[in-house]
Amino acid sequence: MLRLVKIEFQKLWLNKVSLVLIFISFILPFTVLILSSIKINFFGFFTLELSELGIFNFPIIWHITTFFASYFKFFFAIVVVSMIGNEYSNKTLKQNLIDGLSKKEFVLSKFYTIVFFSLCATLLIGIATFVIGMYYSSYTDTTIIFREVEFLLAYFVKLIGFFSLCLLFGVLVKRSAFALAFLVVLYIVEWLIFWATVYVSGTVETAFKVKGFLPLESMYNLINQPMQRIIMTKFPDKTDIMYDYAVHWYEIAIVLGWTALFVFLSYQLLKKRDL
Amino acid sequence: MEPILTINNLTKKFGYLTAVKNLSFTINKGNVYGILGPNGSGKSTTLGIVLNVVNKTQGDFHWFDGNITTHDALKKVGAIIERPNFYPYMTAEQNLKLVCRIKGVDHNKINEKLTIVGLLDRKDHKFRTYSLGMKQRLAIASALLNDPEILILDEPTNGLDPQGIHQIRQIIKDIAANGTTILLASHLLDEVEKVCSHVVVLRKGEKLYAGRVDEMINSYGFFELKSEKHQELIGLLELHSNIGKIKVEGELITAFLNEPMSASDFNKLMFEKGILLSHLVKRKESLEEQFLQLTDNQ
Repeated sequence: MLRLVKIEFQKLWLNKVSLVLIFISFILPFTVLILSSIKINFFGFFTLELSELGIFNFPIIWHITTFFASYFKFFFAIVVVSMIGNEYSNKTLKQNLIDGLSKKEFVLSKFYTIVFFSLCATLLIGIATFVIGMYYSSYTDTTIIFREVEFLLAYFVKLIGFFSLCLLFGVLVKRSAFALAFLVVLYIVEWLIFWATVYVSGTVETAFKVKGFLPLESMYNLINQPMQRIIMTKFPDKTDIMYDYAVHWYEIAIVLGWTALFVFLSYQLLKKRDL
Repeated sequence: MEPILTINNLTKKFGYLTAVKNLSFTINKGNVYGILGPNGSGKSTTLGIVLNVVNKTQGDFHWFDGNITTHDALKKVGAIIERPNFYPYMTAEQNLKLVCRIKGVDHNKINEKLTIVGLLDRKDHKFRTYSLGMKQRLAIASALLNDPEILILDEPTNGLDPQGIHQIRQIIKDIAANGTTILLASHLLDEVEKVCSHVVVLRKGEKLYAGRVDEMINSYGFFELKSEKHQELIGLLELHSNIGKIKVEGELITAFLNEPMSASDFNKLMFEKGILLSHLVKRKESLEEQFLQLTDNQ
């Protein structure tokens, strides 16, 4: 396993473009996080201090940071699709196989790298969230601090699921740009399925349940948007805006199921193909 | 003899096209093999199948004694297919390090192999700055990293200039002299003739011949003759039982043998008959002539 990770790391590390993208995907969420946590004074007119909104309070901070940080996954998504696309355009995939890497090892080396990257991203966000939370949070009771730490697990699973989908698209179309376009296509397809279910079943509720099983929506459902929750904390008596934002075990199971399927399909596709 | 690669009834179909048809042959240790055939005769497809990049349709093959998976066997094989494929953004040394990681061998051979192909002084240059000849030589260095039991080369001189072709051939000869088994696919007949001891001839995916290069055609060779007594010589040749077909082109007479006969015996015989030869050469058909004869006969 270490051998496969080392092989893939050499390929990424020496490629300037992917190196820059990896750094961006690590550093950008931090910059945003740190910028948002400091007090910004707009030329003495007013001060913007996000920490006063209570968003840096434990445990809601876990929810908020993981939600916003997950938008930066697109940078690494480009790396994932290009690490497949480049192997095809340089024809190094063929050479790797001739040199003695099996097709299974090839897919696994990419997948392990995805897992490794997701783990690093999760750990970094976890540490940053913890530090900022300790600094700003009004409550620093141990039980409260770690109460919703499962958002980190959700974040980790979400990243792996999304990158595995990119891996499959990369293997499927062999070109980085087209693979990214496929993500958009899938997004549209999921909405089409949604509207088709609305039409058939007649209720939006059922349609959302069906959509919850589709790849992109199931990943999104892992970490629901936190804005409504922030409003909820401001107006606790407004019961009509209540919603279920928790991380459920079945949400994780659905995404892990998709992940397994994506990796398996990538391998099967590669196995069937003549290079 | 120790078999290195055994192919049994291998078939590959691309849709309606049959690229390799029922192909069987064995590669034994220590020989230099050529796979010969025109473009599109299935050479690269066959190599692709045994190297695990093309899926076979039917038949089977096994490496060494058959008790090893293809995946493991490939770590004892060095192969170059068509164009040299490396990561353009890495230097030669970094590319070779990656190959070492894939093959699971130590890095200490890199400099040695770069010396063999004469690229040691360029090892820190990026692959994309290399000329085609240098890329091809780097590919050979990469294939040699694990000290392979067999080196497979697919059209190694394709697209190179005469100097590059000469360099590559010299490297191949040196490697063969060390006792490494070599499998060389080519459509260039003189290349195979110069380098190989055994040959497999393919046409449209079918095997026409497999065996030693010099036994490819049952032929005892031919004499090229010139003499002042032109007509008398032709008359004698027509009567002689060892001589088959006779071809006359101006002064030059070509007499094909259908029984073995040495040039000195022939010379002596002519002298006794009172014919003095001004030109006598005994030759065998070149591989090119043999190849054309073989492919025409089918």
